[in-house]
Amino acid sequence: MNIIRKTILTVLTSLFVIGNVYADKIKIGTEGAYPPWNSKDASGNLIGFEVELAQELCAIMKHECTIVEQDWDGMIPALLMRKFDAIMAGMSITAERQKTITFSQGYADEVASLAVMKGSSLEGMDTPEGVNLSLGGSDVKKALKTLTGALAGKTVCTQTGTIHQNFLESGDVGSVNVRTYKTQDEVNLDLTSGRCDVALAAAVAFTDYADKSGKPVVLVGPTFSGGAFGNGVGVGIRQGGEDAIGKRDAKLLKDFNKAINTARKKGIISKLAIKHFGFDASM
Amino acid sequence: MDLDLMLSSLPKLLVAAVVTLKLLSTSLFFGLIIGLLFAILRINKNIFINKFAYGYSYLFRGTPLLVQIFIIYFGLGQIEYLRSTFLWVILKEPYWCAIIAFTLNTGAYTSEILRSAFQTIKPGIIEAGKSLGISNKVIFYKIQIPIAIRQSLPAYGNEIILMMKGTSLASTVTLMDLTGVAKYIISTTFKPIEVFIVAGGIYLFMTFIIHNFIKYLEKKYSFSQ
Repeated sequence: MNIIRKTILTVLTSLFVIGNVYADKIKIGTEGAYPPWNSKDASGNLIGFEVELAQELCAIMKHECTIVEQDWDGMIPALLMRKFDAIMAGMSITAERQKTITFSQGYADEVASLAVMKGSSLEGMDTPEGVNLSLGGSDVKKALKTLTGALAGKTVCTQTGTIHQNFLESGDVGSVNVRTYKTQDEVNLDLTSGRCDVALAAAVAFTDYADKSGKPVVLVGPTFSGGAFGNGVGVGIRQGGEDAIGKRDAKLLKDFNKAINTARKKGIISKLAIKHFGFDASM
Repeated sequence: MDLDLMLSSLPKLLVAAVVTLKLLSTSLFFGLIIGLLFAILRINKNIFINKFAYGYSYLFRGTPLLVQIFIIYFGLGQIEYLRSTFLWVILKEPYWCAIIAFTLNTGAYTSEILRSAFQTIKPGIIEAGKSLGISNKVIFYKIQIPIAIRQSLPAYGNEIILMMKGTSLASTVTLMDLTGVAKYIISTTFKPIEVFIVAGGIYLFMTFIIHNFIKYLEKKYSFSQ
């Protein structure tokens, strides 16, 4: 009886240990569906800004890395369940996420924007060019008021579990009719079909889609940053701890921070950002 | 295990279960009508009618429900011509797209269940009716259909349960059904295990009710009594 119990326990623990101590290769999770941050080419290989940046950072850390694909809505749970060690998936650093995981310093930042199909009544909204929610003040208040009026009664589409959804549900623009999708691709599809009156995502996600599909998708209203939109995009890592795995995670965070510093100084991040975004989104 | 989260998500998930039940009952209602109609077409002697009904059930039983719902929701939405017709009023709404997909799917299975039930009716029963001088029409409505429905109860009960689980795919077209709300809660709490256990429990409970209801019907209409 004792032997059986022992065997079962050993097998079970070994299952967990194999997953954990397989330490030398860093596994990085990405979505592969949010161009130009990360996406897939025609043959299914992961490509994009973050895929190339991850390789550069790993080269600086002198570590072997594998990049694995993970659906966006399971990204943080998968990190916590140790399916990979780090997230590089256009994930903004927000206080809400920091309750569960930790982030490296930001490596890139990029504004969010609303988008509509050409000819929409929302075109030509009278708002400032950019709104930084962290600044506050009367200009921001006025812009949010204009938006509240413009979005009332409209179906606003966005990806599930994003800063964009958080913003729409924050009440800053009143109570809007939010519809959430699993991927940005699906948001784009329903924006062009007309099921969505307006969509919210990273501005480049829309311009990239408009470029590649040839559909008349145009940005409207101000660009958004700060507040619910977080403080740039960083590498998501498990919170460190006192045990062996926790220590390894803490070290990984340090290594990533150092590597990002180096990459920034060498101009690697800027170069990759210009290549993929068309402008320098590095930070 | 975060018990607090499980408790606090329970009311939200129960509200969402109502959406699931609405999707299920609406599609079962229309699916049963379509299923009965196509079962009757399937036992028709005319080869064209017969093949047409067979083609329908083959198409919808031979492709995954997820593919069907995607074609109806995302696929039809991309056809520009369709968007200018009155059909778009219905197809624009994710709810009706889901209902259409579920109805056509369950209709296909139901037609096969009813067809096999029709075919298991012993010819002697129909002949007995004829020898009593009952018209073909009355034999069909008063003898064949009731027997076929009774015969198909166990298989149809299964179909209801399969369909109930199938409604979880509604969450892939933005509907906030039980699975949709579970995913929503997970997207802010990052705790899939707790939330899915509660959601799974609610599905299990609904299965329990459906199962026992069908069992009750089977008993009530069994021949031995």
